[in-house]
Amino acid sequence: MPTHTFTLNGEQVTVEAEDNVRLLWVLRDLLGVTGPKYGCALDVCKACTSHINGKAFNPCSVQVSDIKPTDEITTIEGLPATVGKDLHPMQQAWLDYDVAQCGYCQPGQIMAAVAKVKQARAAGHEISDADIDELRNICRCGTYTRIRDAIKAGAHTM
Amino acid sequence: MPDPSTPKAPVSRRRFLGYLVAAPTLAVAVSWVAEASDPQRAYASVPTLPQPEELFDLGDLQNLAAAPTSGLISVQVNTDGTASFAVPRAEVGQGMTTAIAMMVAEEMDLPMEKVSISLADARPELLMNQLTGGSNSMRSMYMPVRTAAAIARQRLVDTAATQWGVPASELSARNGVITGPGGRTATYGSLAKAAASQQTTPVSATLKPSSAFTVLGKPQNRIDAYDIVTGRKKFGMDLQIPNAKPTMVARPPTINGTVVSINNANAVRAMPGITDVVAITHGVAVRGATFGQCIDAIQALDVTWGPGTVDGESDDTVKAKLRAAQVPMTVPPLLSKTIDAEFTFAFASNSPLEPDNAIADVRPDRAEIWATLKVPIVAQEQIAAQLGLPVEAVKVHVVQGGGSFGRHLFHDVAAEAAEISQKMGKPVKLSWSRTDNFRQGRTHPMSISRVRVNYALGNVISYEQRHASVQTDFGHGLGEMITATAAHLPVGGNLSFAQTIFELTQSSPYNFGVTTQLLNEVPLKFNTGSMRNIYSPNVVCAQELVVDQLAAKMGKDPVRFRREFLRDQRLLAVLNKAAEAGNWGKTMPAGTAQGIGLHSEYRGAVAVLAEIDCRPKTVNRPIRGEGVTGPRVTKALVVVDAGFAINPRGLEAQMIGGVQDAIALVLTSSLHIKDGIPLEGSWDNYFYTRQWNSPLDLRVIIMPNTSDTPSGAGELAVAPAVAAVACAYARATGTMPTSFPINHGTLSFEPLPLEPSTPQSPTDGLDHTF
Repeated sequence: MPTHTFTLNGEQVTVEAEDNVRLLWVLRDLLGVTGPKYGCALDVCKACTSHINGKAFNPCSVQVSDIKPTDEITTIEGLPATVGKDLHPMQQAWLDYDVAQCGYCQPGQIMAAVAKVKQARAAGHEISDADIDELRNICRCGTYTRIRDAIKAGAHTM
Repeated sequence: MPDPSTPKAPVSRRRFLGYLVAAPTLAVAVSWVAEASDPQRAYASVPTLPQPEELFDLGDLQNLAAAPTSGLISVQVNTDGTASFAVPRAEVGQGMTTAIAMMVAEEMDLPMEKVSISLADARPELLMNQLTGGSNSMRSMYMPVRTAAAIARQRLVDTAATQWGVPASELSARNGVITGPGGRTATYGSLAKAAASQQTTPVSATLKPSSAFTVLGKPQNRIDAYDIVTGRKKFGMDLQIPNAKPTMVARPPTINGTVVSINNANAVRAMPGITDVVAITHGVAVRGATFGQCIDAIQALDVTWGPGTVDGESDDTVKAKLRAAQVPMTVPPLLSKTIDAEFTFAFASNSPLEPDNAIADVRPDRAEIWATLKVPIVAQEQIAAQLGLPVEAVKVHVVQGGGSFGRHLFHDVAAEAAEISQKMGKPVKLSWSRTDNFRQGRTHPMSISRVRVNYALGNVISYEQRHASVQTDFGHGLGEMITATAAHLPVGGNLSFAQTIFELTQSSPYNFGVTTQLLNEVPLKFNTGSMRNIYSPNVVCAQELVVDQLAAKMGKDPVRFRREFLRDQRLLAVLNKAAEAGNWGKTMPAGTAQGIGLHSEYRGAVAVLAEIDCRPKTVNRPIRGEGVTGPRVTKALVVVDAGFAINPRGLEAQMIGGVQDAIALVLTSSLHIKDGIPLEGSWDNYFYTRQWNSPLDLRVIIMPNTSDTPSGAGELAVAPAVAAVACAYARATGTMPTSFPINHGTLSFEPLPLEPSTPQSPTDGLDHTF
């Protein structure tokens, strides 16, 4: 069986898997990293949102063979280390606003929010309601109001 | 040690009974009998007026059904100073575990972080008192849990008093530490063993008055929030059970279809990662190293399918059957002084974000199940029967759920996992795919509500509502509760079970003269269930739209009209607050409007004021990728009277979620049934509210407490918010909507193929990074 090597949450990992297996299953079923959630495996619900080289992506829709040895994958578990703290400012904002209800979508929401704030800044502005309206992550509990407030607060401390 | 002395208490304060249970450390148990500890609930009398729901609602019924139960629930004090409690309910996001922790912390004078709440396994001895539903958890647990905690605290104080040789009245307890004369202290942990009882002993305790509360009634963050934001919270699919490999099911192209033959089982079994392929009742199960390889196997399977249970049904055929089944009105129309209206509510999906899943390990002589189950006792009994095992040989663990909305009242997935594990002879971690959840999962059934109102001389003479619905499945245990307590019901007569539920949950809050609200069901074999309550969102939406029509016919403002006709003083108070705080009646641009909706249920009262923008530039606003925009609710204000608000922050969260559900139900989300199956297969087909549909301004006002006991909260906001959004839409467009959601007539997506039943995932994810 082919082997695949990449950096996962700051550590190099090598895993055996068929080339076409989507990265989400490699993370969850083979490596036991369960922060990225399975909500649809159709690149629609965004519950598995993680980062590749600092950008948001959905591992349900990437074949493991498309991940290069130099790629750095960050899941919710590895987000705090990217800022060298116990919690990323966006995670802290999520706590401050008591955003979560069931919590299933929230790892993906937080990872998407961090990338969206950075994307806005790269474009030369702070995150706006219009930017937040572009987020596609489903929250079936309907926590959107607190998500919106937390993103703005988290952006301030990022 | 001696039995604790009875503390002096004011005569007027009620005392509550519990038991010291023989255990290595202090354990206090109470009977799970809400009614016994809450005699304010009147169910003995059977009045003819007002309507049943006002005196005796669904939650009361559940409480009453629980009364004969002898099973005990217990608070355990540990040597590390923590208190633990295994709650016989499911946590699916509603915040129940946080509220329970608050009750224990309050009555024990223990910090929140020292309270540990877990979910109890199925406990058959609790009979039907292990059901999470009907927004009943807080109402049924409030007194028992506090009683157990209060007894534990009292026992710890008495133990310290005995050890120190001083009267208990000279001790105080705070933050898990008991302080005595001279400043000497002892932690709860240091007393946990000494306070343990050698035998089970009845004890009574007095609960704190609400004026002394420092935890209950104060905003509290969720106890699992840290685990959630760090990705550590374990849901069913995150559990690692030895050898329980990923398992999925290829499903037939119609609801409840069957397997005639698998034509290439050996070839599929030889695919990479695949270990097993077996036919089951409603599909072909495949087990493999990863879920992705199970989906590959589903692509490759060649199966000949047998018919399902509703193959001939589509939206139009179901609608025709509902129309034919409507119970006639009894009051004839009064010429021009009559409003007749008919509203259709499409099928909707109660699927949470977490796909249905369950782990099963079935052996020849025993079985173990892990699943999110709101009625684990029924699951245990029925899975045992299905497997041919004694009930006690089936262990059922309740796991944290990623949402429920009614779905987890049923144990379909756990039963299927058990069937697969038994047939394969191996443990399985079964997940339904997203398309399975929409197409074969439970739905909230289509219904048609007809309303006729007669009015004259400034009065409303009669209000009749006839609700016809595809049968809602109550086969999850609530039925057993009702059957067991039918003799106590104030509704009685020859009503069916569903009609009984309808009468217990529906109640017009207006002085509208002769008022009747009746349900009729059409028994079609869809997989149905409740969805963040049962009938109220549809019934109340129809009612409030007609109330607005009545107001217009009488030349009155909608809020003023409601003030004049409301019978319910708590509803009047929330209405007035919403009108004032929401600036009702302000000038708004053409194409935008306010709407108001009211509803009282679960002993709570809610008013929602919504503002909607139906102008073309908003309706047609662009969105990248698939999705629908449509009218936008720009502002929503929820005013809630929850009796006693245990956790205002959690209550606010439930109100916010209720509004987002309502927006979806009125504007965007539904299932289109065609030839025996829903066309929807993904979240880009089933348009639940997204950020771009959500109001930028959503505010919740919690009224001052009107009671010492909490109302239900989980489902409370949906119905009034549905009504408010619908009424706002009607006023903004000048046309009363009669079919919901309003976009149901247009299919706004390209349906996924019916076969294979689960599509393989895309591969272009790296083209969409940001």
